[in-house]
Amino acid sequence: MNDFIAARSQMALSLGFHIVFSCIGMVMPFFMAVSHFYWLKTNQVVYKNITKAWSKGVAIFFATGAVSGTVLSFELGLLWPEFMKHAGPIFGMPFSLEGTAFFIEAIALGFFLYGWNRFNRWFHWFTGLVVGISGLVSGILVVAANAWMNSPAGFDYVNGQYLNIDPIAAMFNDAWFSQALHMTVAAFVATGFAVAGVHALMIAKGKNVEFHTRSFRIAAIFACVAAVLQPLSGDISAKDVARRQPAKLAAMEAHFETRKSAPLILGGIPDEKNKTVKYAIPLPGMLSFMAHGDFSAEVKGLDAIPEDEHPPVAITHYAFQIMVGLGMVMMLLSFIYFIALWKKKSWLRSKWLLNFFVLATPMGFIAVEAGWTVTEVGRQPWIIHGVMRTADAVTPMPGIAYSFYLFTGVYVSLALIVTFMLYRQIQMVDKLYDVLPNENPEKH
Amino acid sequence: MLYVVIVYLWASILLYLLLGGADFGAGIIELFTSEKNRNRTRKTTYQAIGPIWEANHMWLIIAIVILFVGFPAIYSTMSVYLHIPLTIMLIGIIARGTAFAFRHHDAVVDDWQNVYNRIFTWSSFVTPLFLGIIAGSAVSGRIDTQAVNFLDAYIFSWLDWFTVAVGFFTTAICAFLAAVYLIGETDNETDRKRFIHKAQTSNILAVFCGFLVFTAAYFEGIPLFQWVFGNLVGAVAITAATLSLILLWYLLRQGKTKILRVLAGFQVTMILLTVTWQHYPNIVLLADGGYLSLTEHHGHAKTISSLGWALLLGSIFILPALFYLIYSFQQKNGAKEAH
Repeated sequence: MNDFIAARSQMALSLGFHIVFSCIGMVMPFFMAVSHFYWLKTNQVVYKNITKAWSKGVAIFFATGAVSGTVLSFELGLLWPEFMKHAGPIFGMPFSLEGTAFFIEAIALGFFLYGWNRFNRWFHWFTGLVVGISGLVSGILVVAANAWMNSPAGFDYVNGQYLNIDPIAAMFNDAWFSQALHMTVAAFVATGFAVAGVHALMIAKGKNVEFHTRSFRIAAIFACVAAVLQPLSGDISAKDVARRQPAKLAAMEAHFETRKSAPLILGGIPDEKNKTVKYAIPLPGMLSFMAHGDFSAEVKGLDAIPEDEHPPVAITHYAFQIMVGLGMVMMLLSFIYFIALWKKKSWLRSKWLLNFFVLATPMGFIAVEAGWTVTEVGRQPWIIHGVMRTADAVTPMPGIAYSFYLFTGVYVSLALIVTFMLYRQIQMVDKLYDVLPNENPEKH
Repeated sequence: MLYVVIVYLWASILLYLLLGGADFGAGIIELFTSEKNRNRTRKTTYQAIGPIWEANHMWLIIAIVILFVGFPAIYSTMSVYLHIPLTIMLIGIIARGTAFAFRHHDAVVDDWQNVYNRIFTWSSFVTPLFLGIIAGSAVSGRIDTQAVNFLDAYIFSWLDWFTVAVGFFTTAICAFLAAVYLIGETDNETDRKRFIHKAQTSNILAVFCGFLVFTAAYFEGIPLFQWVFGNLVGAVAITAATLSLILLWYLLRQGKTKILRVLAGFQVTMILLTVTWQHYPNIVLLADGGYLSLTEHHGHAKTISSLGWALLLGSIFILPALFYLIYSFQQKNGAKEAH
């Protein structure tokens, strides 16, 4: 493994790991706030217990997300010092604001986790909500920084020099809105389905059904609303990418030739050598429509882009297919769930619906990882689109492979421990959280 | 605005050293506590830092963001040549933060707690050690941007007697801060005595490590003595710190907690002031006699001014909330203990 590939792999690993934890840390507080609200309003202990059980998860995920985020802020320099030397002062604005948002999140979490029975009930509830809001803000800001790499703005690049720097313009680059919207909704979809799936499994097993049914409902509603909205934000993103990064769109679609009425290619195996896609299902004109809102519009193919600026086509294409495919499945499931809620109440108690949700548990996160693969791999070979190549940004230090192995070891063990702890958390619902009101009202 | 940013950078390094340092120190104290008292120490530590440790940790993020946004050349040079100690420090931060959360939020209490505890205490020791080594290497003048072989460029840039001594000095300071802080966090008389004793031991160790730093500097040819005593600010600061040490020892025996905390914080602030003042505005000294300076190697004017505004705006939100967090949990912890 050469140093460049090792550096890219380490970055991908760290980001891929961090993203799961940050999504959960960003979204779970909203679920908590809802059940917490029910508890304050109705005095039904089950909602207090749900809030507490979830808050344990949040504490674990937040801690892991916070440290993996810290690692990322150092890794930008450790792996890509040449990039940070130039980019830091330009795209750093969202990071400095994110520092504030994240700080507030950490403070609010302190209040929330340790504040039971210590503060005014509604102040305590509010601190939980602040955790969610500031988490969301910091997520949006970090994505805005990433968007700048896709859509560099706020400077003039003249003869290798970065002039006329404007950090505010860099922050509000062309891609920030579509990327932040898509990611935020994705976080709700992924976390919602993951949480709902775990509770669905427990209901299906017949364990602590009351507790899990109510938890499931809160998570499922969040997940399903987000999943129905997600294709809209996806459409905004696709049009945006088509305009700014035709190479990325072409790689996503394995679209080798520039042409009018371009078909949307479903599935297939791209052959980068012969510039063809085998075994794919083409939908005539659909790509033109998706990218430009017109069935006969011309869509730039990879042939319009110099060979040495092509992103890896196969990876980008597969990742995009996985993301869209899973998104569609989750959207369908959401429609079924809404029908169940409004028209067919009997479905809600049926095994098959629960089993669908159990199956959907990992889908959102797989889609999130695939989506990031599209964004990051699809931008290659650029680290700053059209300005700096990733290969020119890498650290001169040799032996990065060892660093990659080290971090892989750390992250794999962390993932295993966290999974193990969640398993124990769920196993203990019986003892810790599913308590009848008269049994132990002061339990906390 | 540049000076606002520099003040924030200095303040966040100081606060990380004080608050994050006390956090690390709590783990170090636990590491060096006998088996039979360890559980009680752990409980006190948890009450003392549970609600605030995530916030304490944030000062490092603020400092690093200021560096990479405002002073990118300094950030990227340190990232390249101090890659290895930075990586070790990061692994320490990951291990410590997750182990702390795991041991308190795991639903089942069993042998796994031993694993979490061991990871927590050892990483609490290793992380400030390497933080100190990194700080030491910044001023040791060993970072050689012309070096061609791996050892010179990536190992000897940070590994020598001086940096290691600075590392141990930092670790001892963290333990000292934690011990002083913990005295006021328990109502149990035996525990109080134990923490007072820990404060005394770690203070002696810190002074001893300080002596080692001077000795190592002498052998490595670093004019540390000249740096510290060669200017008025440094000399006054270090004298004030030493004088306050006498008062601290006197008050330690009486166990007055509030003023002890102030004194310990004062001493550490004076030490940081002394070591940074002499080089200001230089932050990294290079092997070829060059340096990286806060006033010369900063980002563009517009970057600095928006960074400054972001920091000012951020502190309006952060500082009152943080103050209220620390205040309310101290009050409530105390009240709870009293009942």
